Amino acid sequence: MTAIDLGLPGLAGVPTTDEPQKAKDYKSDQEVRWCPGCGDYIVLNAVQSFLPTLGLKRENIVFVSGIGCSSRFPYYMNTYGMHSIHGRAPAIATGLATARPDLSVWVVTGDGDSLSIGGNHLIHTLRRNVNLKILLFNNRIYGLTKGQYSPTSEPGKVTKSTPMGSLDHPFNPVSLALGAEATFVGRALDSDKVGLTDVLRQAAEHRGSALVEIYQNCPIFNDGAFDVLKEPGEAEQRLINLEHGKPIRFGAEGEYGVVRSGFGSLEVAKVSEVGEEALVVHDAHIEDPSYAFALSRLSTQDLSHTITGVFRSVRRDTYDDLARAQVAQAVESKPADLRSLLHGKDTWTIAP
Amino acid sequence: MSTSVDGDVAGGADSAGSSRQAGTKLDRVVIRFAGDSGDGMQLTGDRFTSEAAAFGNDLSTMPNFPAEIRAPQGTIPGVSSFQVHFADYDILTPGDRPDVLVAMNPAALKANIADLPAGGTLIVNTDEFTKRNLTKVGYAANPLEDDSLSSFQVHEVAMATITQGALAETGLGKKDAERCKNMFALGLLSWMYHRPTEGTEAFLREKFARKPDIAEANVLAFRAGFYYGETTEAFAVTYQVAPAKLPAGTYRQITGNTALAYGIVAAGVQSKLQVLLGTYPITPASDILHELSKYKQFGITTFQAEDEIAGICAALGASYGGALGVTSTSGPGVALKSETIGLGVMTELPLLVIDVQRGGPSTGLPTKTEQADLLQAMYGRNGECPVPIIAPQSPADCFAAAVEATRIALKYRTPVLLLSDGAIANGSEPWLVPELDTLPDLTVEFATEPNAPDGSGEFWPYLRDPETLARAWALPGTAGLQHRIGGLEKQDGTGNISYDPDNHDKMVRLRQAKIDGIDVPDIEVDDPSGKARVLVLGWGSSYGPIGAAARRVRKLGHAVAQAHLRHLNPFPANLGEVLRSYDKVVVPEMNLGQLSLLLRGRYLVDVISYTKVAGLPFMAEELQNVLTDIVKGVDA
Repeated sequence: MTAIDLGLPGLAGVPTTDEPQKAKDYKSDQEVRWCPGCGDYIVLNAVQSFLPTLGLKRENIVFVSGIGCSSRFPYYMNTYGMHSIHGRAPAIATGLATARPDLSVWVVTGDGDSLSIGGNHLIHTLRRNVNLKILLFNNRIYGLTKGQYSPTSEPGKVTKSTPMGSLDHPFNPVSLALGAEATFVGRALDSDKVGLTDVLRQAAEHRGSALVEIYQNCPIFNDGAFDVLKEPGEAEQRLINLEHGKPIRFGAEGEYGVVRSGFGSLEVAKVSEVGEEALVVHDAHIEDPSYAFALSRLSTQDLSHTITGVFRSVRRDTYDDLARAQVAQAVESKPADLRSLLHGKDTWTIAP
Repeated sequence: MSTSVDGDVAGGADSAGSSRQAGTKLDRVVIRFAGDSGDGMQLTGDRFTSEAAAFGNDLSTMPNFPAEIRAPQGTIPGVSSFQVHFADYDILTPGDRPDVLVAMNPAALKANIADLPAGGTLIVNTDEFTKRNLTKVGYAANPLEDDSLSSFQVHEVAMATITQGALAETGLGKKDAERCKNMFALGLLSWMYHRPTEGTEAFLREKFARKPDIAEANVLAFRAGFYYGETTEAFAVTYQVAPAKLPAGTYRQITGNTALAYGIVAAGVQSKLQVLLGTYPITPASDILHELSKYKQFGITTFQAEDEIAGICAALGASYGGALGVTSTSGPGVALKSETIGLGVMTELPLLVIDVQRGGPSTGLPTKTEQADLLQAMYGRNGECPVPIIAPQSPADCFAAAVEATRIALKYRTPVLLLSDGAIANGSEPWLVPELDTLPDLTVEFATEPNAPDGSGEFWPYLRDPETLARAWALPGTAGLQHRIGGLEKQDGTGNISYDPDNHDKMVRLRQAKIDGIDVPDIEVDDPSGKARVLVLGWGSSYGPIGAAARRVRKLGHAVAQAHLRHLNPFPANLGEVLRSYDKVVVPEMNLGQLSLLLRGRYLVDVISYTKVAGLPFMAEELQNVLTDIVKGVDA
């Protein structure tokens, strides 16, 4: 391509400031209206604490959301923002990001918003690799409509709309994103501010679509859905945190690890049985999404294992960069001559 | 040819008898090329049109093709046709009926012969009239051999055989040679009507630049047709249609979809905004995407989205960022986009929504025309959700309509619906190319400073211009004006979320008042005699047939007034007064009376609704009859 170096980091083109920023600079004057104890508060707090570290001009940050509890997020951010319609935030953000390379565009969405009504936009945004950061708050339930099962709820879940148990097989959002060949996919727990901030930072630096799934507790309709990942004694057995370039190892004493098994898949093993050298060394930059997909399959619906961190982070041209490059190329090579366009090749003149 | 009360009826020859050299002079001719979908009839018609345009005739065209890309060969569903009407004066329609029908096969004959008036000229490609092909379309006997075509002037020409003969020495395969027969037909018609030929030869050489042997073959076939006319005795007469005396200026031929695309380019230039078209392919609107994708040098981005919804959402997202967001679709797409149009109304952002109407409901008749999306445009959303509506009246008018729709969208910060239709989109006519200095300045003033009336130094995104009621529009990236917008109800002024009942009532009325207050020019009435007691009022693409019908009624000695609506929401301020000043108001529409419903509800005037929903434009003749009856009734 000509005009734009496609190797740009995620925030290139977004104006920065030397003025020190604090978390409170990112708090809007609107009263936060989530239910007491909602995981959304923790994520909001983490994002407001994290953004100042980027040193961007606040007015060049935009949060776009869909519909749902988490989609109220933009109202609470002292940035630009749009609370749009159900499922469509990635599509709206695609237009915005394509028109405005000087903006850092964030999408806030939930499991219903992005995986049910907006599933199509999510996968197409990811495959196009539009330069957006998508925060998918997954609480495995519909909150705003008061407690129906969601596309990430476990089968058999008894809810208001499924008194005899839900029949749907759930999505694994990370597997779905990788199936769409997302260039960046990460996961974090709402309660793990350090882990979440680390994934957010890597997402922000990534140029292209970055999907971050955040396990988020709904205290009203699905309370404790992720408690096993937070309980001391349990969490260590279940949480597998990824670090690029390091062997994948977990457990209170690091007694477990991830090893290769048949047909390109991965499995959990006891280090004492397989030996340290058998452990998979995490490489988020592998071009082929199969490896990251195999990792994603270790996260099971019952949370017996859950992977956090960055599954995949690879470089690929972004749709918006390429679209702007085409326009720039056309501007360079052809005159924008409206008169000549309107006249075309074949005109005739009628004399007065 | 039938007698005429107006040149628009049928071309009366002004000199009887044969004048083979000079050509009999006609004021107008309608030719219909009809053949199989694979026969290249659209290209043939298009080229003939370009020849007529180059010659300086006024013209109007109507392509008619099946929704299937290639229906089974030689069948009625596979018939594709192209009608071109050209004249030495300003015409308004593609013509009710052809004077000349070119039928490339039995299916084309069967599908079109009913439209050819007695005495009309029929040119038939006899090579396709085999027993098998005749049986395929249900001809028990060959109509060329019985007397079923005796009321027409029939010319039987073995087009494929002659074309193959003419190309024998090119070394081209038999099948490839046979495929050039449409150019043979074009050559023959070009000879009959004294058309200039250089343009077509140059066109063919450019079109097939990468296949010079095919280019040469087509040129040879074209010439073979021309010489066939010249050298055989079969055609006794040639005809001349003089250039039209149109208003002075530079003209070009243009289709509605191209004119719309140019209007959007011009709107981008005049507003100094980048343009983002977010869209999804749909018949008959896709050509707008194809056209705009070629003009990136004007700062135009075209985004072919994953679906209709994403198309309009991307456009709205771009508008939010300060671009001119545009989406193009047809009725089924508008249904899908409704929720986002609602978001555009609530967030009060400019957005151009183009609906190239087609036959409905549901998938309906994708390649046919209809005006049945008016109420969808007007009311097809949840809540009180008003949007301005603009409708072009002819292919060339699409340019000005797109510029006007953009003007309103930007000035009033609102989605605007532009209702074109299949007849306008694919039809073509000469366009008086506007001088650039006649285009309106569409520059937008964005908010750059805090505006809170309480002096708090805050920015209130929903503070309105007292005159236009347009809200303050601050772009992301503007320091100090950070704010949030969305689909939830806004507090008047601040734009904060508000569930207050009185505020909602106020905001609903404010949004309505903003649209009602849009500056729309008064409707003009055309009544040459000044004595008309009957008004015919239309909107959109029916302008042509209504205008032609009104001319004919006047030629018959009756007075009739004509007016045409470009702005359907809001209506022109003088519309009620105009309606009330006539004894009768006739409203022809290609739907079941949607404009009539709006007029009756709004003005309590009992308009006479005349409707047809056949997927084809009105014929001037039928409207002439309708109007004549009503005018006579009033006069009696």
